[in-house]
Amino acid sequence: MSVLVYAEHDNQQLKDETLKLVAAAVQLDEQVHVLVAGSDCEVVAASAAKISGVSKVLLADDINYKHQLAENVSTLVLELASDYQYILAAALTTGKNFLPRVAALLDVSMIADISAIESTDTFVRPIYAGNAFATVQSIDPIKVLTVRTTAFDKAELGNNAPVEAIQMSCDAGLSSHIEDQFTKSERPELGAAKIIISGGRGMQNGENFALLEGIADKLGAAIGASRAAVDAGFVANDMQVGQTGKIVAPDLYIAVGISGAIQHLAGMKDSKVIVAINKDPDAPIFQIADYGLEADLFSALPELEAAL
Amino acid sequence: MKVLVPIKRVIDYNVSVRIKPDHSDVDLTNLKMAINPFCEIAVEEAVRLKEQAKATEIIVVSIGNKACQEQLRAALALGADRAIHIESDYQLEPLHVAKLLKTVVEQESPGLVILGKQAIDNDNNQTGQMLAALLGYGQGTFASKVDIVDDVVHVTREVDGGLQTLALPLPAIITTDLRLNEPRYASLPNIMKAKRKPMEVVTAESFGVDLAPRVKLLKVTPPAKRQAGIMVENVAQLVEKLKTEAKVIA
Repeated sequence: MSVLVYAEHDNQQLKDETLKLVAAAVQLDEQVHVLVAGSDCEVVAASAAKISGVSKVLLADDINYKHQLAENVSTLVLELASDYQYILAAALTTGKNFLPRVAALLDVSMIADISAIESTDTFVRPIYAGNAFATVQSIDPIKVLTVRTTAFDKAELGNNAPVEAIQMSCDAGLSSHIEDQFTKSERPELGAAKIIISGGRGMQNGENFALLEGIADKLGAAIGASRAAVDAGFVANDMQVGQTGKIVAPDLYIAVGISGAIQHLAGMKDSKVIVAINKDPDAPIFQIADYGLEADLFSALPELEAAL
Repeated sequence: MKVLVPIKRVIDYNVSVRIKPDHSDVDLTNLKMAINPFCEIAVEEAVRLKEQAKATEIIVVSIGNKACQEQLRAALALGADRAIHIESDYQLEPLHVAKLLKTVVEQESPGLVILGKQAIDNDNNQTGQMLAALLGYGQGTFASKVDIVDDVVHVTREVDGGLQTLALPLPAIITTDLRLNEPRYASLPNIMKAKRKPMEVVTAESFGVDLAPRVKLLKVTPPAKRQAGIMVENVAQLVEKLKTEAKVIA
């Protein structure tokens, strides 16, 4: 019995979240297999084989997995599931999409977004937007888990695990892909960035987000946003940090013009150092900020950019 | 085409939760409860489909104790036609909920089931996907746009990095993301009318589904407290602190 880890990738590049998944997986069992499901993704499998702790990489390279549609991927994982005691995926949109399907087909409950592993059957997960942590014990024979990757460190590289091709072309015939519209960005991805600067409603409009760009460039930071900023149409929704957006935990999080609603805090309060810049001294964000600056962002941001 | 919308009664999203002193669970007594915000978006989407004459009837269903009839009435006031209350006093897991809903879908045969992407209490994000699996339907999760063209629904999904559009043959399962729509408020006349709309009450036990828990809740603890921070006077002091004290920037 062993652990099956579903690799996060875009057919070209293995994502860092996979290294964190492997770090979680090795706490559960010595045998860790990484499944790379995609199309023309051999290079991803080769990267996965380098992660320390991985015993084997399974490569399911087929056109039906190109867009990692839930219906097709869950059929594939279900076929493999009987050999595993644990099935892990990152708590990102791909894992959240297909893994509950796998669990239901296996007739087991799924445990979402685990942030710690207490023992082989006991896990900790945030509930109520991270305002409480539940310790839960699974009695199911197969544990199906999504992992909050920000809560685990990356596994090291320096392995040479075997890659085994699996010939299984699962087409459930229940969905078809029409198009992707990905936001192009030169900056680091929110999930992977060491420094994030986020703007909220206080930015007043989308153009003012340019004030964050110069600072982000100097710091090598990603730019995020609160739900208020996204809902107001200032920026694209994939920049949203929060309970319903991305969960991040960078070394430094700079919140600008963000009041600090429960929903937003859920997405960033595990950041190592939090800086808040806000003109309202009573904004809740100051209660969790390590460094607070009560100032008008329109004067503070240019000053900050100049000071860096 | 019928549209089925499962909804959940949860703590109002503005309310902070308290944890019971014995850490056995959160304490929900006397707290304001509401329709889960994502479920509200699901109801709104169903009502809009009806307004576009793409849906003929909207059925809302909720599973829980008697109190969740309050949320079903609220959904009827928003435009749903009838409600089904599946009475259960247990803390059900998404798998159990999906199994109960599967039976309702088989009885009602809706063309579309619209759920919220996650409930803001347990933050599971599973029920819609599980229901789709049990029924063998296609799923369009985290939907920010829904477009029905004949027997196919086009769903634009919010995924990491941007948007993805899929086509699903009907019947299908959709789960709503925040930007799908802006839910309306119920008007007073509609709240009054909703009191006379039909509500069927059935017990969860009558479904013959095994509702025994698979996951045991051992304890609930508060998140680690962050150390109290400090207020800095100006930008220069902030940069200085970040460089020398926090050492997060070079």
